[in-house]
Amino acid sequence: MGELDLGMVNWARAQFTLTAMYHWLFVPITLGLSFLCAFFETIYVRTGKEEWKRLTKFWMTLFGINFAIGVATGIILEFEFGTNWSNYSWMVGDIFGAPLAIEGIFAFFIEATFFAVMFFGWERTSKGFHLFSTWMVAIGSNLSALWILVANSWMQYPVGMVFNPDSARFEMQNIWEVILSPVAVAKFTHTTSSSFVVGALFVIAVSSYYLLKKRHIDMAKKSILVASVFGLLSGLFTAFTGDESAFVNASTQPMKLAAYEGLYKGSRGADIVAFGMLTPGKKTGDGQEPFAFEISIPRGLALLATREWNGYVPGIEDLVYGNSAEGLVGAADKIERGKKAIADLAAYKAARKAGDDAAGKAALERFNVNKDYLGYGYMTRPEEIVPPVASTYYSFHYMVYVGTFIIFLMLFFLKAGLSDRLPENRLLLRLGVASFFLAYLASEMGWVVAEVGRQPWAIQDMLPVKMAATNIGSGHVQGTFLLFFILFAVLLLAEIKIMLKQIKIGPEVA
Amino acid sequence: MIGKLDITTLQQLWWILCSVVGSLFLFLNFVQGGQTLLWQVAKDDREKSLIINSLGRKWELTFTTLVLFGGALFAAFPKFYATSFGGAYWVWILILFTFIVQAVSYEYRKKPNNLLGEKTYELFLFVNGSVGILLIGAAVGTFFTGSNFTLNAYNQVAWTHPLRGLEAAFSLFNLSLGLFLVFNARVLGAMYLVNNIDFKGLPQFEARVRRSCLSSFLLSLPFLLYVVVGLVFFDGFGVGKDGAVAMVAGKYLGNLLAMPLVLVLLLAGLFLVILGVTRTGLAKSTTGIWFGGLGTVLVGLAVFFTAGFNDTPFYPSKADLQSSLTIYNASSSHYTLTAMTYVALAIPFVLAYIAYVWRLMDARKIDERDLADKKAY
Ligand code: HDD
Ligand code: HEM
Ligand code: HEM
Repeated sequence: MGELDLGMVNWARAQFTLTAMYHWLFVPITLGLSFLCAFFETIYVRTGKEEWKRLTKFWMTLFGINFAIGVATGIILEFEFGTNWSNYSWMVGDIFGAPLAIEGIFAFFIEATFFAVMFFGWERTSKGFHLFSTWMVAIGSNLSALWILVANSWMQYPVGMVFNPDSARFEMQNIWEVILSPVAVAKFTHTTSSSFVVGALFVIAVSSYYLLKKRHIDMAKKSILVASVFGLLSGLFTAFTGDESAFVNASTQPMKLAAYEGLYKGSRGADIVAFGMLTPGKKTGDGQEPFAFEISIPRGLALLATREWNGYVPGIEDLVYGNSAEGLVGAADKIERGKKAIADLAAYKAARKAGDDAAGKAALERFNVNKDYLGYGYMTRPEEIVPPVASTYYSFHYMVYVGTFIIFLMLFFLKAGLSDRLPENRLLLRLGVASFFLAYLASEMGWVVAEVGRQPWAIQDMLPVKMAATNIGSGHVQGTFLLFFILFAVLLLAEIKIMLKQIKIGPEVA
Repeated sequence: MIGKLDITTLQQLWWILCSVVGSLFLFLNFVQGGQTLLWQVAKDDREKSLIINSLGRKWELTFTTLVLFGGALFAAFPKFYATSFGGAYWVWILILFTFIVQAVSYEYRKKPNNLLGEKTYELFLFVNGSVGILLIGAAVGTFFTGSNFTLNAYNQVAWTHPLRGLEAAFSLFNLSLGLFLVFNARVLGAMYLVNNIDFKGLPQFEARVRRSCLSSFLLSLPFLLYVVVGLVFFDGFGVGKDGAVAMVAGKYLGNLLAMPLVLVLLLAGLFLVILGVTRTGLAKSTTGIWFGGLGTVLVGLAVFFTAGFNDTPFYPSKADLQSSLTIYNASSSHYTLTAMTYVALAIPFVLAYIAYVWRLMDARKIDERDLADKKAY
């Protein structure tokens, strides 16, 4: 395959990062707030009390502002696999396209159809049907999360497919393996539950603000009560599924795990670093101590990754240079075998073109020996398979700290809410406002762990990012990067201004 | 049963499915058409709000259909998805751009403190309805006029024109198709508004909407004529017996004659659109949209079928004929198409609940009461 200009690849990555992170500003709120709206409305329908209806409508207004821009930023991503990563789209489209299409059929239409009822159907449909529609919006949003995350999980852990040497691409063999892969399960549960936390904190933050300002006190107290129950359960589940994600990483993406744990040298019964600062400038294999300072929990990492006291967890250097005692092959060997695979594939194609069946068969047999290392053939140095360690490490640790903190915060809110002591607990209310931003950042950081930790692969061990891009020239990608940067900055500013204004206005007066 | 279909059948089936989604999108473009009518037919704030709130209940459907069109093409014809989106980069980016700005405009236009002001959001809607649809038409036009790409042995795309896809908009044929779609969207938009808004007490407003249906239709005719003449007289791209792509005189006319059913779709579609126009523009009926809508779907199907069936490459390359994509060389594997066909069994249910909700929500026409709602656009 033709090599691509690295500058261009990096611009394509920057542009994808920009748009994905931007989309993710709105998605967690949609995922969480949609369920909260459904809870609120259910309480209204159950009790028949007007104040719950007013409360529901208020949160729905904020939901709608967020939803509109969530939809707007999503469409560009849907097509970006083609515009930025056309080689990728061709090579894995057979597998990767399916979840995207399924998402459209099963999820987006549910959202689009019932959103209109949820917003404009109060007077036009029965109470029951309206409630049903609100629930459908919540379920539809979360279904869309399911399918896109199945697609993403497949990039992290490609299963259910084979390489077809004739078309030089990957083809699907088993769709159930793709949908039910352990990575997909971990990702879906962790992403949705963590988004519920963000949604719950959104409600808590706005309500706390009202309580601090002594406005809409009754509504704020009611909202906090519901949100803190939801947030507590989701927070616990987030921690549980996060731990599960790491456990799955240990077998599917050991390099990612090693990077976000800052583990350079693996061992049996490895400790886990609870707090620590990486040595600045540390490079793979330079012999420097990885940590400038650290506090570790003995055997923590072995437990997390293998569920055994004495389990073996490979470090970055074991994966790069190999570790014969533990039966690990180094990247240098893999690269060599990958280069052979590339050459044999080219020979196979040439023989086929020339109509030489015997040579073709021989080349194919040689290719099959090394075909699992095809992706490594595009690497030049063993160290190239190491992702950026610092950004993954710090993002991961930040996320875990926030995750732990939030569980306690939810408990405090619940306790204060139940004993009706919220308004006077101003410290807690201030924390409530601030925590929303902490969690928001944690959510974005989660994606940094997942996606930066996957580098340099677009598809783990199969296709490096640098081979996945469209050959279009950096100028064009820079142009669209700038275009989206400006457009998105303006729209974000508009969204924030509208949102703040609506929060100022508050719920309709009775 | 689905598990037993052979690959050729599946490829054809998926071209039909993608054509259906694409054609439904063209029908749902009444939203975009309505957006461009805003300044022409609405003389005051109330009339504007009626139009926006009427369209505002449907725009998401159109938007989502476009998303599904992309997703379905990705799943069924990944080589097309990779080649076209990666190659004709700027056309698609600009199309998407107009849809991004559309998506926020309904919700933000009337909200206090919205940074850009009501007028800007209305401009966004107009741009989406005009530039957006024009470019979509130009992109579809390249199914017949060809594009400037080559594919190497590993199917990596290279584009041979510096405008990266935008050059499509400078061909007279593509431009005509685009402008035809813009005016047809306006025709449909007027039909939809007549059907959806309660005009009681606003007879002049109603008259303006009805008139715009007629005028848009008349304006669309020269472009339609050029497209039809082009299709009949141009050389087209054809796949020969040996599998090689070559220019064939009168190819698209030949396709229509070789597939009489497609010709019937085309003629019936055009007839239905005209019927819809007369019902809306010349009579007092409110049902024009159903005729115009069905007609548009049929015409759309005929266009897509002409482009893809009867040994025709649907995404031909001018730069290198042999790089051209057909529904047979651009498709997913047998396994994926089979799996996706099972998934597609859900489509009728999706259509059914959409239709149900549509009827439920439109049982009463849009009127003053809807504008009084705090959530109104
Ligand atoms: C975990 C959830 C999640 C993730 C990882 C993504 N999205 Fe998303 N997307 C949603 C969850 C979601 C949602 C909750 O369903 C949205 C977000 C906000 C909204 O209003 O709907 C949505 C909207 C949305 C739309 C508009 C849908 C419509 O027509 O209504 C598109 C086309 C996409 N997304 C596409 C993508 C692509 C291609 C992604 C991959 C990079 C992606 N999204 C990441
Ligand atoms: C919405 C949440 C997401 C965020 C915030 C996110 C974040 C990122 C980031 C930060 C990168 C750049 C990594 C780098 O280049 O160093 C990236 C790349 C990428 N992501 Fe994601 N991602 C998200 C979801 C997804 C999903 C759901 C998919 C697939 C379905 C996906 C597919 C990709 C692809 C194809 C690339 C480009 C190749 C690469 O640079 O690795 N992402 N994403
Ligand atoms: C409480 C402890 C937590 C642990 C142990 C944890 C663990 C993890 C791990 C290991 C990953 C990477 C998964 C992969 O790449 O396959 C991840 C990703 C992620 N985390 Fe967390 N996390 C925690 C808390 C949180 C919190 C509080 C949030 C947000 C509020 C959050 C949001 C995310 C997101 C959005 C992703 C990316 C999607 C994914 O890969 O699942 N996490 N987390």
